[in-house]
Amino acid sequence: MNPLRAVLLLVLLIFLGLLMRSPRDPRRALSYLRFVVLVFATLLVLAPFAWLVAAVFKDKSVFNDYVFFPPPTAWSSHTINLNNFRRLFGGDDTVQGKVFFWQYVINSLFFASAGTVLQLFFCSLSGYALAKYEFYGKRALMTFMLSSMMIPGVLLFAPVYQMMVKLQLVDTYHGMILPGIVGVYGIFLFRQAVLAVPNEMVDAGRIDGCSEFEIYLRLVMPLVRPMSAAFCLITFLGSWNSFFGPSIFLQTQEKLTLPVILNLYIGVYANEYGVFLAGTLLAIIPPAILFFALEKEFVSGLTSGAVKG
Amino acid sequence: MARSIPPKSSAAPQQRYRGAAPYVFLTPYLLVAVVFTLYPLLNAGVLAFYQTNGPASRAYVGFDNFRFLLHDDVFFKALKNTSVFAFCSVFLQLPLSMLLALLLNSGGSRAKAFFRLVLFSPNLVGQIFVGILFSVMFTPRYGLINRFVHALVGFGLEERWLGNPALVMPAIVLTSLWVWVGFNMIYFLAALQSVDKSLEEAARIDGANRFQVFWNVTLPSMRHVVVFVLITCISGSFQLFELPLALLPDSAGRGPDNSGLTVIGYLYQVGFDAGDLGLGSAVGWVVAAVIFALSLLQIRLSGAARE
Repeated sequence: MNPLRAVLLLVLLIFLGLLMRSPRDPRRALSYLRFVVLVFATLLVLAPFAWLVAAVFKDKSVFNDYVFFPPPTAWSSHTINLNNFRRLFGGDDTVQGKVFFWQYVINSLFFASAGTVLQLFFCSLSGYALAKYEFYGKRALMTFMLSSMMIPGVLLFAPVYQMMVKLQLVDTYHGMILPGIVGVYGIFLFRQAVLAVPNEMVDAGRIDGCSEFEIYLRLVMPLVRPMSAAFCLITFLGSWNSFFGPSIFLQTQEKLTLPVILNLYIGVYANEYGVFLAGTLLAIIPPAILFFALEKEFVSGLTSGAVKG
Repeated sequence: MARSIPPKSSAAPQQRYRGAAPYVFLTPYLLVAVVFTLYPLLNAGVLAFYQTNGPASRAYVGFDNFRFLLHDDVFFKALKNTSVFAFCSVFLQLPLSMLLALLLNSGGSRAKAFFRLVLFSPNLVGQIFVGILFSVMFTPRYGLINRFVHALVGFGLEERWLGNPALVMPAIVLTSLWVWVGFNMIYFLAALQSVDKSLEEAARIDGANRFQVFWNVTLPSMRHVVVFVLITCISGSFQLFELPLALLPDSAGRGPDNSGLTVIGYLYQVGFDAGDLGLGSAVGWVVAAVIFALSLLQIRLSGAARE
């Protein structure tokens, strides 16, 4: 009898006990069962994270000896240390000279934040234009936008790559960021948020002598701040984790982003799991911090279009 | 990460604006749309009829690319793998998400916020990172998953999940459950909270049991969210690529006997590794057609369910 099965058996016995005590009214037993299922799901979700943290700090020699951390009696600098991080930050020898792991972190940060800032600006500007103006061709434009959302990205990979090569934008950051600086999804998200801003405010701004751009920047943007936060988080996460684009467009090693380089590290450090797992742990931390700070906005941003409908 | 939601439009009653401002504000979008969507889309139509060797040289081959795909066993294997994955996503992942959402919805709000946060958290981790993580967790004898399965059922400790063609797909599906069950759950939970409670109450008073209430009242009234999640789930499944790539690093995502190859993986191989962007485009069209047909079918079916 191993501990896991013992726990499961105990849980089952408690459930049966609760059911026996009041067989007519199984509400207590059912709410207990509900709780058990949720806790079990939570543990299943958290286990890989816990395992990752343990794997990163364990020494290579004892990596397979313990599932998670070694028991406190076995703690020493031989079992738990920072060797994996030392190896990770030791630097790679490349054609361009030594490239350190920090470089990839900075690349990822730059790629994701530059893309996010540009998207925030252009999407909100377009969304504002669609929400607060009636103009010639608006209907046709919106139909075009909605139908362009139906085009799967798959279809555009090859031709966009071909064009990038022709425009000599391969292996550059601006080439990678440019196609994504404004998207229909973001525009509609902002359009929906700006629709809730009263037209009287826009008119009042005009009477007070604001230019149209000032109305957008000074009056409208501060009012859609929660949507902006959610949008930034969603966009940042998307670029931070994106792999297909960077893996096709980037060639020089010192320009690679974290997902691309870590995918290469699996092969480089084939028998030293700890090293690329340490990199993976570091790559998970920034999105996690952002998410915990902005969880509510994030969820409402994600579901707003689908649920309100 | 975040799959996109098409927000519904509502009218903005405003009188016509005569200045240039809206056009100026929309110019960046128009430029990007023309250069990076419209033109490539047309080009994708042209490109599919050419054979290319890298981005520079190309030769017209007519329908040969499509003819080649029709006779390529590897492409059909990829199509089959991807369909199996999509099927599992719809019939395993979504019911699990719904179950968790239902369990969460009947609880207190404090606990709800906590469980929601935790169950969603794997979705923050990029697919590549998830693949890296799970490729080590599937290690025979020492991996977390093998040890867990062994402790639970008493066998499977030495199983080479990622080396056995029969187990590669189950491994990918298992990994995808970890990532996406919580993600879909968020949508279902939000929809459940907007369902009219008095309708459910009325059904219960009329003598319907829990399942009947869910099936006949709750589910139909959150119909459009279910359809939305179904469509994004299927089209997302057909674009699976990064997860198997990182999960099966030894074979560049193909897996033993091509058991882990997806259609996008196939596209990546022929288009970018081998350099035939024309064939890659042809694959793109086939995948787009499949996604489009399935989405249309979904909308039809959900429309039929309404009647």
